[in-house]
Amino acid sequence: MRKYVLKRIATSVVILFFVSLIIYSILRCTPTSYIETLARERASQPGSKSYAEWLEQLNAVYGMDCGILQGFFKWLGSAVRGEFGDSWFYNIAVTEKFSSVIWDSFFLGLISFVLQILIAIPLGILSARKQYSKTDYAVTVIALIGISLPTFFFATILKLIFSIKLGWFDLYGKVGRYYDQLSTWGKFLDVAKHYVLPVLTIVIVSIGSLMRYTRTNMLEVLNSDFIRTARAKGLSESTVINKHAFRNTLIPIVTIIGGTLPGLFSGAMITETLFQIPGIGYTSYQAMVSGDIPFAMFYMTFMAALTLMGNLISDILYAVVDPRVRVG
Amino acid sequence: MENNKKNMALDDEQRVRVLSPSMLVFKRFIRNKLAIVGTFIIIGMFLFAFLGGLVSPYGESQVFMGYETISKEYASVTRNKEYRYTVAEGKEFPSAARATMILAVNKGESEFTAMDQTYALTKEGDQFYRISLMDKLATATSLRGIKTIAAVGEKELTSELKTAFETALTNKETSFELDGVTYYINGDAKTSVLSTHEDVAFASMKIFDVYAQDTQLNYNFKLTAQRAISEGASEFTVDGNDYKLEVEEESAIVYAMVNGTATEYAQITDLIVQPIDSNTFLDITFKALVENAIADGETSFTQIDGEGNEVTYTIERKNEQFTVKADSKTQVIQIYAKPSKAHWLGTDANGMDILTRLMYGGRISLIIGFIVVIIQVTLGVVLGGIAGYFGKWVDNLIMRIVDIFYCIPSLPLVIIVGSIMDQMKIDPQVRIYFLMLILGLLGWPGIARMVRGQILSLREQEFMTAAEAMGISIPRRIFKHLIPNVIPQLIVMATMGLGSIILTESTLSFLGLGVKFPFASWGNIISAVSNVHVMTNFWFVWIPAGMCILLTVLAFNFIGDGLRDAFDPKMKR
Repeated sequence: MRKYVLKRIATSVVILFFVSLIIYSILRCTPTSYIETLARERASQPGSKSYAEWLEQLNAVYGMDCGILQGFFKWLGSAVRGEFGDSWFYNIAVTEKFSSVIWDSFFLGLISFVLQILIAIPLGILSARKQYSKTDYAVTVIALIGISLPTFFFATILKLIFSIKLGWFDLYGKVGRYYDQLSTWGKFLDVAKHYVLPVLTIVIVSIGSLMRYTRTNMLEVLNSDFIRTARAKGLSESTVINKHAFRNTLIPIVTIIGGTLPGLFSGAMITETLFQIPGIGYTSYQAMVSGDIPFAMFYMTFMAALTLMGNLISDILYAVVDPRVRVG
Repeated sequence: MENNKKNMALDDEQRVRVLSPSMLVFKRFIRNKLAIVGTFIIIGMFLFAFLGGLVSPYGESQVFMGYETISKEYASVTRNKEYRYTVAEGKEFPSAARATMILAVNKGESEFTAMDQTYALTKEGDQFYRISLMDKLATATSLRGIKTIAAVGEKELTSELKTAFETALTNKETSFELDGVTYYINGDAKTSVLSTHEDVAFASMKIFDVYAQDTQLNYNFKLTAQRAISEGASEFTVDGNDYKLEVEEESAIVYAMVNGTATEYAQITDLIVQPIDSNTFLDITFKALVENAIADGETSFTQIDGEGNEVTYTIERKNEQFTVKADSKTQVIQIYAKPSKAHWLGTDANGMDILTRLMYGGRISLIIGFIVVIIQVTLGVVLGGIAGYFGKWVDNLIMRIVDIFYCIPSLPLVIIVGSIMDQMKIDPQVRIYFLMLILGLLGWPGIARMVRGQILSLREQEFMTAAEAMGISIPRRIFKHLIPNVIPQLIVMATMGLGSIILTESTLSFLGLGVKFPFASWGNIISAVSNVHVMTNFWFVWIPAGMCILLTVLAFNFIGDGLRDAFDPKMKR
């Protein structure tokens, strides 16, 4: 087991290396408009150096003066030491900005994640138990609508209904106008209120796949021989479902849920951007659109690492949860 | 039936109706209601997108113009507060003299000197003065009842004239005629001046407008007409023509009498009507209407313009100034027009027909979806097939590449590429190709994994051993014998993939990083909602586009789901 995990981690590191190399190469193709703008700004100040001189100096400061490979290794060298440079857009260290915004994303993700599990699993099981019934159709349709809903469209509809027509929530932002005057409890409620619509958006849009997954797995389990045996033994339907079937369904579900855990840190880019929640998604969206290479580089590498971690966790969990699986 | 019963064996061909596998799949597929609904939606969407563009009478980026009534300032009306000078033919009345005249008027003097010339100022009426060049002939000084008459300068003073002057002084006349020359006497009680007057100009605050554009009003006419007004006469004669006068408060209309019929000839008023736009010509009827309206205290009037349209003018008063506003129709782009018969879903921010844009947008979204899926499936099948068949290091290498591509966060990457293309100002058409290529390159690992997994198990089966034994070439073995067995899963993945590609594309277009104007896409139609005003007030701009995306993606998912169930009957209980 340990050997397997170590081997997987080693592979992941290699993959991460190549992923960041590819991302770095693509990012370096960006017309470095940020640096050019900055150089032009500096050069236009009275008594300043010429534009070309500024450009050269800034390129050196931002590590843009060497070739792609050389630049990448330079980046990698400081990245392994945890230095990701200063963000061009935010003008502070990338890691500093990251740690100031990541928790918003995490809590947003966590709340939606818990809600998703609480809603999707029971509904998925219900629809599998009553396959081809009206309930099943309803659940299937709801799940598929959730999958098919464009996030931006759904979020806009929610805003129109709840923020504009009903006036229950603010259109944008994480905190209200009078946030600073509120007590601690009031502040908590204020933030919670601003989280309602984003959480609702994330839950509805992403609930479908877990629901479908639960249903498919439950169906598979219900079709297996040991369920037939349990029924043949004359066990009550509730015992069959709750004891025999449900526990076996949990195996793949726990695996996939474990795999999505790192994803809680990745933020919901579109939702955060639409509701202007200052999480990692919104922050990096702004950075990426304005050509902030250090931040984009960090964010993409971080996302890739999260994906790898998710795969690793679900593979390990698969072996842990299901004793029938032996890893080689 | 009886016959059948007798002869039929268990494996009789007639007893078991054999259906081909694809027929079985089809039968199972059409039993799924959702899949049928999905199929119909997709067919509808295809017709809408591909035929709709042909049926629609409008173009993709045709801008619609409309007319809107805008109250524009048309003319300004002021009451004249300055003297207007009418100079007699062949005479001069320089501006320096005009200034001196105003001073003289204010002081109530009857003569003034300017530029070495002496002018006589004769009051003809209220704010109506006649100015004449004075040729002084003699002065009369009255001292204790004795009048002393002396010639001015080297002028000759005939005895007849002297006598007439004396008589006039005694009778306190201001003018007398002698030998056809009119002499005037000005001055105060002590000194009187005898002079001949030569009319140079007259000053008044009235303004003359003519009805016929080619009418020229001469000095004589103007003077006589004004005299008639100040005398309260209703008729006058100038140069042998008879004129009738109709006075109405501050203004008057002059009718020319020709053979007993009166035709409108000129208008005299103290209102200045000026067009706001210097290119506009205001005709006299308009002026007359304005004056009438102002005189009657009305705030609006209508006039038929040259094209036969009725134009309504409104008059706004501000102190002594009046502004005439015309409700003119201006051609404007129809922005956010409400749904109507001409535009079933209204128009967007650029004045383009939304329904037509939806059709063309659907075309682009669907084409992008299909091309990207084709790229993904091709790459996935080739690489997955090779990896699965050869195994060992080839498999290892390809699968690591798959892992790498699988790890690249696709949405952020596409956003970055989109903003790079933004900064490089890439042509919208080329952008679409790039978009397809990138989405295709990022999406294949999933398919490759599935194909490889299937082939790994398939290649161990007997039919592959048979194929090998028959000496079939490797590419043929992979693509003719192995891949066809993966096709069901491929179709399901491709169908589901279509939906998610359309979602990704619309998200990008929504963010302004995908399909760009002038091309329509469902996503960039919705991006109008970033303006809250549009979101709140113009539902018809973005709700239909959103519903199109939702329905299309949903339908692809329904079909994919139905296909999966149809291909894999194990799921049936």
